[in-house]
Amino acid sequence: MADSFQFELVSPEKLLMSEAVTAVSVPGSEGFFTVMAKHAPVMTTVKPGIVLVTKDGGSEERIFVRGGFADVNENGLTLLAEHAEPADEVDMAALDQSIKDAEEDVADADGQEAKTRAQHKLDQLKEAREGLKG
Amino acid sequence: MASLKDLRNRISSVKSTQKITKAMQMVAAAKLRRAEEAAAAARPYAERMASVLANIAGAVEGDGPPLMVGTGKDDTHLLVVFTAERGLCGGFNASIVKKARQHQRKLEGEGKTVKFLAVGKKAWDLMRRDLSDKVIERIDFREVKQPGFDQADMLGEKVMELFEKGEFDVCTIFYSEFENVITQIPTGQQIIPADLSEAGEEEETDEKSAATVYEYEPEPGEILDALIPRNIKVQILHAMLENAASEQGARMTAMDNATRNAGDMIDKLSVSYNRQRQAQITTELVEIISGAEAL
Repeated sequence: MADSFQFELVSPEKLLMSEAVTAVSVPGSEGFFTVMAKHAPVMTTVKPGIVLVTKDGGSEERIFVRGGFADVNENGLTLLAEHAEPADEVDMAALDQSIKDAEEDVADADGQEAKTRAQHKLDQLKEAREGLKG
Repeated sequence: MASLKDLRNRISSVKSTQKITKAMQMVAAAKLRRAEEAAAAARPYAERMASVLANIAGAVEGDGPPLMVGTGKDDTHLLVVFTAERGLCGGFNASIVKKARQHQRKLEGEGKTVKFLAVGKKAWDLMRRDLSDKVIERIDFREVKQPGFDQADMLGEKVMELFEKGEFDVCTIFYSEFENVITQIPTGQQIIPADLSEAGEEEETDEKSAATVYEYEPEPGEILDALIPRNIKVQILHAMLENAASEQGARMTAMDNATRNAGDMIDKLSVSYNRQRQAQITTELVEIISGAEAL
């Protein structure tokens, strides 16, 4: 069996999860990556998407996060999520609403840079939505 | 001297006041526990954030984003004053505003411009008389029961928007740090430019993890750009949660005092009520006896 490591998922309001796990897949902003025990220290931003946690016993849990930071060091993985909830409890209507807001942002944005940023955010949200459906 | 009827009315009115203050005290105690739990639950995130920030600040070469290093000037200060939505909590609101005023006087003495952002109804109530032209915006969360990240997010966005427009150079938040039920400490904390001295201290004690060589994805600078705004929001959330706990603590103490005072007053009034009643009976008796003797 694979080694386990400490995984902590914290949102600004509380500590959501703190336990030993064998693997965690994180939707990094530069691409998905999976963290296992003894992973090299990495720090990265996280885009909206699904975090797949494989627990010590082999059971899996899917958690939806809306952006944040992942910090991998010798103590384990710390995920600072802006907003996190179990994937099957996600409020689709609320997500659709934020997609709509993001679309409006794209339309309203003035200046090329702001537009690109808004578009980027919209794409990420849409992708996350696709992931949730599947 | 008040008549017997007056005294009776007085006693019953003090009694109903006591009932109200007692109820408020108990409600505050229940809310305090919830507020304290919320503040404790938010702590891990803030701690992790501080250590991540300390880590990354060391890795960035050159200047950080303007939110961290500031505009290079400190001419205009923005003071964000957090207070409660309601009164009846002792000196809680007044002491926060007083702290902010002290800061304002000091800055103005140095020839700086000061602007205020009043958060909470009471902040505006207390400042409107003499500082209304300096308050650029007021926000209240009257309909929000428990402050959460959504509110902090909104506030953070607002502050950063003002910063980007060049409305101010330095931002300081004023709130009350919850020490315990009896003590709440009004605190001022600078959030823009980010004051990393605290995070820096942590780095020293945690030398081992700070020395780890990280891989950054994307570049450290880019992560920092995303991290700093979030850190500001987290600090605002921290202030709001501490404030909520402090408010309930202050209210609990204030209402406990009020209940006790009402009790003392009832005792005093009852004593004088009984004395007067006694005196009246004695007078009546004397009148009857002397009337009988005269016959």
